[in-house]
Amino acid sequence: MQALQGRLGWAALALLAIAFPLVAQNNYLVSVATQAFIMAIAVLGLNLITGYTGQFNLAHGAFMAVGAYAVGILTVDHQVPYWIAFALAGLVTAALGFFVGILSLRLKGHYFSIFTLCVSYIMFLLIEKWESLTHGPVGIMGIPAPTGIGPLQFGTPLSQYYLVLAFLALGIWIMARIVRSLLGRSFMAVRNSDELAEALGVDLMRTKTLSFVLSVTYAGVAGALYAGQVRFLGPDLASEAVTFDLVMFALVGGIGTLLGPLVGTALVTFLTQSLQFLQDYRMVVFGPVLILLIIFLPDGIVGTWLKHRARRVHAARTQARQQSSGPQPAERNRAERHA
Amino acid sequence: MLEIDALTKRFFGLTAVDRISTRFERGQVSAIIGPNGAGKTTFFNLVAGTHRPSSGRILYQGRDVTGLRPDRVARLGIARTFQTTHLFDNATVLDNLIVGHRLRTRSGLWDVLVNSRRLQQDERLCRDKALQALDFVGLSHLADRIAADITQEERKRVAFALALATDPELLLLDEPAGGVNPEETVGLAALIRKLVDHGKTVCLIEHKMDMIMRLADKIVVLNNGAKIAEGTPAEIRRDPQVIEAYLGADHAAV
Repeated sequence: MQALQGRLGWAALALLAIAFPLVAQNNYLVSVATQAFIMAIAVLGLNLITGYTGQFNLAHGAFMAVGAYAVGILTVDHQVPYWIAFALAGLVTAALGFFVGILSLRLKGHYFSIFTLCVSYIMFLLIEKWESLTHGPVGIMGIPAPTGIGPLQFGTPLSQYYLVLAFLALGIWIMARIVRSLLGRSFMAVRNSDELAEALGVDLMRTKTLSFVLSVTYAGVAGALYAGQVRFLGPDLASEAVTFDLVMFALVGGIGTLLGPLVGTALVTFLTQSLQFLQDYRMVVFGPVLILLIIFLPDGIVGTWLKHRARRVHAARTQARQQSSGPQPAERNRAERHA
Repeated sequence: MLEIDALTKRFFGLTAVDRISTRFERGQVSAIIGPNGAGKTTFFNLVAGTHRPSSGRILYQGRDVTGLRPDRVARLGIARTFQTTHLFDNATVLDNLIVGHRLRTRSGLWDVLVNSRRLQQDERLCRDKALQALDFVGLSHLADRIAADITQEERKRVAFALALATDPELLLLDEPAGGVNPEETVGLAALIRKLVDHGKTVCLIEHKMDMIMRLADKIVVLNNGAKIAEGTPAEIRRDPQVIEAYLGADHAAV
């Protein structure tokens, strides 16, 4: 276990992901994994605003749809090259996120969640009804695969897999930078208590808006990759079901942890895939498993593990101190008082 | 240091703070006392910027800070603690404290993405400040402890440390000894004295009268939102209005 922590653990995960298609030797599994990675990128973003900043955004799926539709509309209707459309999709989502953010983040707690749920539904309706722009319920077909970059081509499932994996790795790396920095600490201070954060000099609106914009940019990028991989878009992508899937992935893995979104997405995807043979009855198995997870691991899988580890590390340090110098006077007093 | 002029706050017809005027002097401990619902915490919320006053003025070091947002007030050097101490229970005590000095740093998103030198300096500065503050409150040995596992008294001290990490001149402490035992209260009072000895100015809300009487240089008594008395502990003890409104007839003989 000890060896699987820190850099080494991430390297092992990366190796596992790189080796997966070679072991699986199966195009279907590879494309399922690719879609899971795309979802994981979106969940990473959701985790920033919800897990690290404490604002439960229920419009995340809709922002993913905005990114996807930006690519779909630009490439199919306006013949914009894929990568330019990809960059624009990120920008459009970020800009929309900024405006939704400065409006919705004035609300706190459940009010914020309900407001964003409404925003999500409005975005769904816009996508479904605005036929001249989005093709309405028919959806957008024939989206080109990402064009090659130099010698790299992304036409096959295998190359798509590695492309998405590269973006996932980049997303994790940037997220790690953010959450381990002072900026990340400001986000977490807001989650912990916005009243206290403000008393410590954190500009609430600015901090929350920044987190929100970064978060939906992840969703936009995930959507753009989704468009290039699935090559077909329908308004269902903006439905609340997608958002709730993302929320579920985050909760199962553990919100407010770096690894949680990955573990949650991989595990739930694996579970739903392996329960396919039960067809409609799979929810009978899946539902109770989910409930058990939430009851016994409320911090998610990764969250529970981290908490356990932190306690153990402290216990080990205390023991080491006591063995080297005997109990400190202050600690001895404390121990006696509490005895 | 802090001058309050006819400060008033009305919530839908209820006057929570009613034309309070007073001064808190640099390097002193001032206490605000009064029965529950007297408007003590609302008064703090007005000074710290959580609520905007309906009327009146607040001058901090000669500067008008009336209606300023809480984060601006904190940047000017006024720190506060709350009745309940919100710590992030899953993180270590030290991790909880590092963000305290964030307001004195300027690193932004770009610094984070490129891991700039400024960010590294800021991170080091914040960590050092957190360690210093923890040392000041006497809890260095708890730096790596999970916040969920420390005692109520230790939480109070960590809350002090968090306020200290912002480099304040003035500390507003809301019931710093609430929920801790008498023995620990003495320790916290000594810590507040130590703050003042190190050049800080303290203003606190407290219900524990013996602590206040020994600690405060000046006491302001509120009742129903209005100031009914102000003075040294000795003067307050003798004030007939205070005895009637707050201490009760039993204390008249003390």
